[in-house]
Amino acid sequence: MIASETLAGRLGGSLRRGGWTLALYVILAGLIAFTSVLQPRYGLDTLAIAALPLALAAAAQAVVVISGGIDLSVGSMMALTNVTAAVLMKDAGTETAVAVIVGVLLLGLAIGALNGLLVVTTRVPDIVVTLAMLYIWGGVALLVLGSPGGGAPGWVKDLVKGGFVVDALPRALVLLLVIIGSVWLPVRRSQLGLSLYAIGSDRLAAFRSGVAVERTKLASYALCGLFSAAGGLALTATTGIGTPTVGAYTLAGVAAIVLGGVSLAGGRGGILGPIGAAYVLTIIRADLVFLGVDPNYSTMIQGGIMVLVVMLAAFLTLRRVRR
Amino acid sequence: MSAEHGSAGPVSTGWLSIGPWRNRLRDQPAIPLLVLLAVLVALLQLVQPGIVKADWVATTIKFATPLAILAASQTLVMLTGGIDLSVASVASMSAYIAATQSSSQGDAMAILLALLAAAAVGLMNGVGVGLFRVQPLIMTIGIGLVVTGFLTVYQVLAVASAASVPEVIGGLFGGTSLGAIPNSLFVFAPLAVIILLGLRRAGYGRLLYAVGDNQVAARLAGVRIWQVLLVAYVLSSLLAGVAGLALSGVARSATIALAEPYLLPSVAAVVIGGTSIFGGRGGYTGSIIGALILTVLVSLLTVLEAPQPVRQMIYGAIILGVAAAYTRLTGES
Repeated sequence: MIASETLAGRLGGSLRRGGWTLALYVILAGLIAFTSVLQPRYGLDTLAIAALPLALAAAAQAVVVISGGIDLSVGSMMALTNVTAAVLMKDAGTETAVAVIVGVLLLGLAIGALNGLLVVTTRVPDIVVTLAMLYIWGGVALLVLGSPGGGAPGWVKDLVKGGFVVDALPRALVLLLVIIGSVWLPVRRSQLGLSLYAIGSDRLAAFRSGVAVERTKLASYALCGLFSAAGGLALTATTGIGTPTVGAYTLAGVAAIVLGGVSLAGGRGGILGPIGAAYVLTIIRADLVFLGVDPNYSTMIQGGIMVLVVMLAAFLTLRRVRR
Repeated sequence: MSAEHGSAGPVSTGWLSIGPWRNRLRDQPAIPLLVLLAVLVALLQLVQPGIVKADWVATTIKFATPLAILAASQTLVMLTGGIDLSVASVASMSAYIAATQSSSQGDAMAILLALLAAAAVGLMNGVGVGLFRVQPLIMTIGIGLVVTGFLTVYQVLAVASAASVPEVIGGLFGGTSLGAIPNSLFVFAPLAVIILLGLRRAGYGRLLYAVGDNQVAARLAGVRIWQVLLVAYVLSSLLAGVAGLALSGVARSATIALAEPYLLPSVAAVVIGGTSIFGGRGGYTGSIIGALILTVLVSLLTVLEAPQPVRQMIYGAIILGVAAAYTRLTGES
């Protein structure tokens, strides 16, 4: 205890805590270098665009899982916000489009909060409530837009394309950092941030320490909805249309947060890890294509990598616990 | 997610008055579920008078059987406090393997191969969850991806032999005999009895509950938890394999994404049936009725000609409504 008060001790502690994230970013850097040799035309901006929706889905899931829940409706909420934005923004002027973006973000906050409210009031396990909401939000998305369509103004699509100031800095990455930085950083540093981790790590202890458990839980789902809406908007911007059936983002987001060092048991992990993991998952997919791997094998390889990594992580945790 | 027994919120004050009710409901979750099922059937009859007759019952049982078997896989692992999200991929895999291998290997061998492959997948899940202590959710998502990927590759390799569902499977799960009795009942009924008795009476069945209820206590009592979990995941995949065969028998065709739409309903059926997602409480009776409820619900929505989005929303609302009512009545979360 005393030793950890020293600067070196504190540094060591944060290194150990952040070790997984650090390793992940080292792997990512290695993969980026590898890819640039393999296929020089695959720039950082292509990666950043492809990874943006998944990174936001992972951020959304991370907030809820850190506070001890899970949200299986992230994919549906992304679909709903994606089509809402695409329908309202089609052929819209700049002012309307800005209003739509703000409105869709608020919509995400609201539907996320509704998820949270249902979890808190019904006291049904999170996974069951959000499983039901997966169907409901997916249904609403189909009501808004029956088949892929809608559109987005050129400047919205340009938001994620190309470089920011310099070519080497992709706009999609800057946008991601701005979204995360403007939402998660203030939350993380506030009392709410502490409460999120507290209820995730031990709900009863948090309750006895005076944390408003239910309000915090609701806030975590609202934040999840907000990030999902950002993810939905990212889909509108990157694809230029709305698609009412966004399939894989829920489970892919869960995979990304686990690879990113967030414990599904709650209370541990951050948001940088999951984002790094989203990038790693995206670049692996691209690399498999460039390596000439039969695309049929790519799902199998991705699943295999995921299983091996989580088994390795679990193995390391087991050893630490036993020691 | 942590187990939330003794959760932080205040105890509701009215528990004394409905206490006896609660205990009865906790012991017999089947009764209110049967009432709900009856209400849905009555609604169906009301919407389209004359639809409920022997034929309809046979068809409903035929369509509910694959879901009920998938729900059995989910029940076993959920009793241990886990979840198996690879069941749909495994079901599709076994159906597809059986359908592609039957022409060259013969029906019996093809079915055996399909079930062996399913068991192998279950072994992988079990090693991850039991030995390495990976969270079941993420382990089974990963393995599910591997299986789906394997199927994509296999489909390309096996393109020479067209997928045709073995005659036996088609007759067993798709046909009827003695008038209107669906043949699938002859497979499902013994299977269900074995699972029900196994969970209630067999030592292994009780171990599933013990591990799910309190892993520490189970370990201190000398239970080798990894063995219980390993076997649970192998059984889960095997049952998923059988469910896949049943599904291909009903559909009379097999594709590599055959069972994908059944993944979340399999979880929903178990949850509606009153099995706790945290483990240790519940049983297979509820899951069977849950599967029937979901099947009848789908046919009710079809008869109502509800558009797909509305159907989906009602489906979700029913899952949430039943789970919430159940939680309210039993006072557990």
